[in-house]
Amino acid sequence: MTWLPEASAHAMRIDILLAGLTIISLAVLGLVFGLMGLNVLRFRAGRTTVTARTQAEHKGWGFEIAWTSATLVIFFGLFLWATQLYVVGFRPPADAIQIYVTGKQWMWKVQYPGGQREINALHVPVGRPVQLLLTSEDVIHDFSIPALRIKHDVLPGRYQSLWFTATRTGSFRLYCTQFCGLGHSRMTGTVMVLDATDYAGWLNGTPASGSLAAAGEALFIRSGCSGCHASSRYAPDAGDSSRAPSMVGLYGSRVVLADGRAIVADAAFLHDSILDPPRRRAAAFATDMPSFRGVLAEDDLAALVAYLQTLSPTLPPEAGN
Amino acid sequence: MAQSYLWQDGTLRSWLLTRDHKRIALLYLGSITFFFALGGVGAALIRLQLLEPTGAILSDAAYNRVFTLHGVVMVWLFLVPSIPVTLGNFLVPLMLGARDLAFPRLNLISWYLFVASGLLVLYGLFWGGLETGWTFYTPLSSDYSEGRVLPVVLGIFLNGFSSIATGVNFIVSIHQLRAPGMTWYRLPLMLWALYATSVIFVLATPVLGITLLLLAFERLFRVGVFDPGLGGDPLLFQQMFWFYSHPAVYIMILPGMGVVSEIVSTFCRKPVFGYRFVAWSSVSIAAIGFIVWGHHMFVAGESLYSAIVFSMFSFFVSVPSAIKVFNWLGTMHGGAIRLDAPMLYAMGFIGLFTVGGLTGLFLASLAADVHLTQTYFVVAHFHYIMVGGMVSAYFGGLHYWWPKITGRMYPEIWGRLAAALIFFGFNLTFFPQFILGFEGMPRRYATYPAQFQILNVLSSAGAGILAVAYVMPLVYFGWSLFRGARAPDNPWGATGLEWRTPSPPPTENFAETPVVTTDAYDYGELDARTGVADSGGAHHV
Repeated sequence: MTWLPEASAHAMRIDILLAGLTIISLAVLGLVFGLMGLNVLRFRAGRTTVTARTQAEHKGWGFEIAWTSATLVIFFGLFLWATQLYVVGFRPPADAIQIYVTGKQWMWKVQYPGGQREINALHVPVGRPVQLLLTSEDVIHDFSIPALRIKHDVLPGRYQSLWFTATRTGSFRLYCTQFCGLGHSRMTGTVMVLDATDYAGWLNGTPASGSLAAAGEALFIRSGCSGCHASSRYAPDAGDSSRAPSMVGLYGSRVVLADGRAIVADAAFLHDSILDPPRRRAAAFATDMPSFRGVLAEDDLAALVAYLQTLSPTLPPEAGN
Repeated sequence: MAQSYLWQDGTLRSWLLTRDHKRIALLYLGSITFFFALGGVGAALIRLQLLEPTGAILSDAAYNRVFTLHGVVMVWLFLVPSIPVTLGNFLVPLMLGARDLAFPRLNLISWYLFVASGLLVLYGLFWGGLETGWTFYTPLSSDYSEGRVLPVVLGIFLNGFSSIATGVNFIVSIHQLRAPGMTWYRLPLMLWALYATSVIFVLATPVLGITLLLLAFERLFRVGVFDPGLGGDPLLFQQMFWFYSHPAVYIMILPGMGVVSEIVSTFCRKPVFGYRFVAWSSVSIAAIGFIVWGHHMFVAGESLYSAIVFSMFSFFVSVPSAIKVFNWLGTMHGGAIRLDAPMLYAMGFIGLFTVGGLTGLFLASLAADVHLTQTYFVVAHFHYIMVGGMVSAYFGGLHYWWPKITGRMYPEIWGRLAAALIFFGFNLTFFPQFILGFEGMPRRYATYPAQFQILNVLSSAGAGILAVAYVMPLVYFGWSLFRGARAPDNPWGATGLEWRTPSPPPTENFAETPVVTTDAYDYGELDARTGVADSGGAHHV
C-alpha cells in the first residue's frame, strides 16, 4: 500500500492540521490510558486500606474549572485553524480554469471550456487554479479527490463549486463519496495532472466541436434567450433591456433581487437562475422568465453559462482555451 | 417474603399483558437481543464482502441492501432503545424507590409499538429490500430507489412513538415518584443521564416522524418538498433528518455514560468525583446536542456561515463529554478498585469513547472534515462511539445488574475474558478503518481499489473475533440462569436503592418504601447500615 500523495499545497496544509489533531489526540489518549493504568496499579482493592468516603469531595471545583477551561482553549484554537483552511474553498481565484462536471447514475461527465468532453476522467494543468462547477442529473453524488484533500456534494438542479491548484503531476483517483444507488462504488475515475506542454497537447489532441462558449452562443439563440436578453450581438439590440436584464457585463456583477437580497452573479447564479427563475428574479424586472428545467440538459447549461461569462470582458473569461 | 417478579405468575398471558416495568424490561431485552443479532449478521456479511476488492460474496445490489439493513436495524431497533428500554425500564423505579413507572400501561404499549415497528421494518427489509442506507437521503429515497422505502420509513415512524412513550414515562416518573428524601442531587447519575435522554426522546423524535412522513408523501404523491424537479429542496431533508439524528447520537450515548458512572463508583468504592458536574454535563450534552446537526453537512452545500457556527458548537458539545471522562478518572484516583467484568467494560468504554470523541474533533474541524467525511474515517469514528462506547456500556450494565435482574451470578472468569476479547476484537476491527478513511476509501462501497485490501482484511479478522466475543455472554448468561450461583441482595457492595431489595426483586419492588437520608454513592452510610467493614468483593472471586 502506498501512502496517499499530497498533490497540492492545500493537501499539505490539511495534513499538517491532521498531524496537529493527531498529536493532541495522542497526548489526551496517553493521559487517559496512563491515568487509568496508574489508578489501577496504585489503588487496587485490598492493596491499601481505604476508609469509605461519605461525602463527595468538594475540593473538586478547582480541578473542574481547570480542565474545562484548558479543553475549551485548545478546542477554540483547533476550530480557528481548521476554519481558516475551509474558508479558502469558498474563494476561487478569478483566473481559475472553469471545468463543468455533471454526475449521473453512475458516471462523471466532464466538459472543458474548449469544447472537449470526457467521462470519468479529469485533465488539469499543474500549477494553475482550476474551478470545478458541479451538478447532478439525478440524485446527490459527491466529487472527491483524496490526493487534493477536497470533496463536495453534487446536487441536482444547482451548481456547487470546488477549486484547487495541483502542484504535482501524475494520476490520482477520484470517487463518488455520497451513496447514489446501485453502481455507487463504480462511479470512480482518474484525475490527470499534466505539465503545461502535455496539457496543451492533450487539449489539442482531444476532438471538440467548437468551444463550449460557441456552443452556448448557438443555444442562446436557439432556446429563445436572445428574444428577451440583450447580448450585444443579437436582437434585441444592446440598448434594449426593458423586458429582461442584459447579459452584457452580468457575470461577476452585483445583482439586487426582487426579495431584496444582493448577490454576485457567479456561474452558480447563472445556472440556477435558468432552472429556477422566480426565486432569483432581478428587482428591476416584473416579467417572470419561464423555467428551463427539463428543457435544457446539464451539458447545454454548462455551455450557456460558459457563453454568458464571455459577455463580461472586464473579467478574465474562460481561461484555458 | 414476597415472591420474585419472575415467578409470581408464569403464564404466557401474564407476561404479554404485564404492567410490571421489570417484566417489560425483559420483553424488551428479548426483542433487542434479536435485533442486535440480526444487525450483527448484517455486519458479518459486510466484513466478508470486503475481504476482496471485487467483493467476495455479494452483488452490488445485495451489498447495498445488507448495509442498509445493518444500519436501520442497529440504529432504530437496537441502539436507540438499548439501555433505556432494558436497564432503564428495569432500574428507574428501583433507583427511585418506586413500585413502578408512572404509566405502566403506556410502558406496555410502547413495547407493542416497538414490536409492530420492528415487524414492519423487517417486512420492508426482507420482502423487496431497501438500498438507501439508514439515512434515506433524497432524492435517491424519494424518486430513484426501487427498494421498499415506505414500509421501512413507516416502521421507523411508528418506532418513534415507542421512544416518545418511554421518554414521557421516565420524565414523569423521575419528577413524581422519587422516594422520600431523594432530592435531585441525590439521584444516581444513571437517572440524570436517562432524564436527559428522555428529554431528547420527547423533543427530537417528533421531527424525525414529520420528516419521514414527508418523505412518504413525496414518494407516494410527488408533493415537491424534497424533489428539485418539482421545486423542492433535497438538502431540506438532510437538515430535518439530522435535526433528529444528531441528538439521537446522544440518545445512544448518554445512557451509556450513566451506566459507567454507576459502575465506576461501585468498583472504586468512591462517590463519583464532581457529581454535580457529571449530572449537569448530561443536561448540557442534551441541550447543545440540538444545535450541532449541521456538522453532518459541511460538504453538502450549506452556507459558509452555517458551517462555521455548527463547527464551533460541535467543539463545544465535546467539552461536557471531556468533563465526564476526567471525572471518572478522578473517581478512580484514591479508590479501592476491583476489576470485575462490569468495571472492565466501563474502562473499555472510557478508553474507546475517548478515541471516538477525539476523532470527532477531526470531523468537527471544518477543513479536516472535508477530507475525512464520507470515508471509512467516519465509519470508524461513530463505531468507536456507538459500539466501543455504547455497546460496551450496555454489556457492562447487563453484567452489573444481571444478579439483580435474574437472581443469579454470571461466571466471573468468562465475563472478564469476554470483556477483554471484545476490547481487542473491536480495536482490530475499527482502528484500521481510520487509516482507510485517511487514505480516501469511501464508505458504502461494494467494491474498492486493491490498494485498500490489507487494511480491510485486518478489519474483517477483527470482526471475526468480535463476533465470537459477543456470542460468549449469550452463552454464559443463558447458563447462569440455571447453574449460576444465587445472587445476594447486594453482590457488589453498591449504594443504590435497587440493591436494598432482594435479587430478583418482588413484583412490588420494595416491602416498604425506602427513605433516603444521604447523597448517592455514600459508602460510609452503606457500611454503617449493613455493619460490614468491607462489603465489597467478598462474595465472589
